[in-house]
Amino acid sequence: METAVELHDVQKAFGEKRIYDALDLEVRRGETLAVIGPSGVGKSVLLKLIIGLHHVDAGRVVVGGVDITQLDESELREVRRKVGMLFQGAALFDSMSVGENVAYGLYEHFRWPEDKVRARVAGCLEAVGLPGIEEMRPNDLSGGMKKRVGLARALAPGPEIILYDEPTTGLDPSNARRINELIVSLQDKLGVTSIVITHDMASALAVADRVALLRDRKIALVVDRAQAESSPPVELERFMRGEEVDEQRP
Amino acid sequence: MTTAQARRGVTSAFGYVGHQFSDHVLASLGRVTLLVGSTARSVGSRSVRLRDIAYQLQAVGVRSLGLVVTMAAFAGMVLAFQFGYGLERFGAKLYIGQTTVTALVRELGPILTALVAGGRIGAGIAAELGGMAVTEQLDAVRALGADPVQRLVAPRIVAVAIAMPLMTVVADAVGTLGGLVVGWLQYGVPPRLFVSGVEDFVTIGDFGSGLVKAVVFGLIVGVIACSTGMRTSGGTEGVGRATTTAVVSSALTVLAADFLLTKLMLTL
Repeated sequence: METAVELHDVQKAFGEKRIYDALDLEVRRGETLAVIGPSGVGKSVLLKLIIGLHHVDAGRVVVGGVDITQLDESELREVRRKVGMLFQGAALFDSMSVGENVAYGLYEHFRWPEDKVRARVAGCLEAVGLPGIEEMRPNDLSGGMKKRVGLARALAPGPEIILYDEPTTGLDPSNARRINELIVSLQDKLGVTSIVITHDMASALAVADRVALLRDRKIALVVDRAQAESSPPVELERFMRGEEVDEQRP
Repeated sequence: MTTAQARRGVTSAFGYVGHQFSDHVLASLGRVTLLVGSTARSVGSRSVRLRDIAYQLQAVGVRSLGLVVTMAAFAGMVLAFQFGYGLERFGAKLYIGQTTVTALVRELGPILTALVAGGRIGAGIAAELGGMAVTEQLDAVRALGADPVQRLVAPRIVAVAIAMPLMTVVADAVGTLGGLVVGWLQYGVPPRLFVSGVEDFVTIGDFGSGLVKAVVFGLIVGVIACSTGMRTSGGTEGVGRATTTAVVSSALTVLAADFLLTKLMLTL
């Protein structure tokens, strides 16, 4: 099966702290892969390596057939047009309205007339269930709405891959369920490849085709959702039962 | 303590100082140099949007005007008081206009504007960029295909470098007016005599040297504030730290640059 994202033998450290040793992962085109793992294990770093916000110390990161470890910042622009990212705290720009936030990537990547930009922004906000809020400010939104606007912003340039960093963290169960439904419906409608970072096993099982467990500085295992639900491997079962030790604790 | 132990202690102290120097001072200089390089490339390649610069000019310049006017009025009046006091002893109080205005346009106008308005501007920029850094907004800018230097840093540095000399002109004018009022009411020097003294003595070179300083100070404030803000980490505590660092570092650098520029300009 064709792959959308590949990480080969990736090593990454921040100062003395080693994050990955020889990490390998392949994400199939059109699937939703949930990457789970304890806090502080480096799950968010994985997404930032894929979109080129962090750089590997060694190894290769291939996105859409392009080895992005060889690209400079200007060459990464084209890769980033094809990859959308929903940040953990949504990371909306406080100084801009919701509409300007969603349009941001469109102005950077395209030379579209203003009415086309407006129509695209309206369409993306409608897709996340928030039509007509273009004039609102990020500070006026609830946590769940911020995440959905962040998702609309990630969707606007028409990405082929969407990266979700803890999409349901900090949300009430109703908003978390709504975000999970959005992730599934976007995959159904747009056929995008999705990588969802989460430590919420229920969320992972609700959205993913496959589940990967990140621990001990590498991908410890990858299993289908059916297997994760019915007969999970011991390591995954321990994590699901909450027996995993938080990596940041002694 | 034996001689060998003392020697080892001194060696390790030098090692520590050297390590700190290379870790902090050289690394900071390197970061600032890289930032200045990318900003210059962005400006040179005209990839900085004029509307971003205009927005920042309004944010850093227009909103600082009230502060500059107040500061300059008091500075001009105090300067006139001091010069008047000194000159009166020699029966030379009629020269209060030229001495006050020369000191103002060559030195106090640019340096006080850079320290007072620059402190406000630098703190604002460092806090805003620092807040963006700790909430992943800088990452989001890059993830959406934009270059933070082009969109955030360059417009701010250019705006501060333009706003600083403009604010200095305002400070010079208001300070002169303050000096004139004190000269008239306190020392009985008629305004016409004050003005004619200024016209006869203060040259365009005096005024220009102050403006050159103001441009350099603006660049220093902008670069240090942006550099500090962009590498903020550690949540809200980190933002507070970055803001303080930006204000203190830019004030000290402006004072050092003022010394060098004054020496250079008096030599030329």
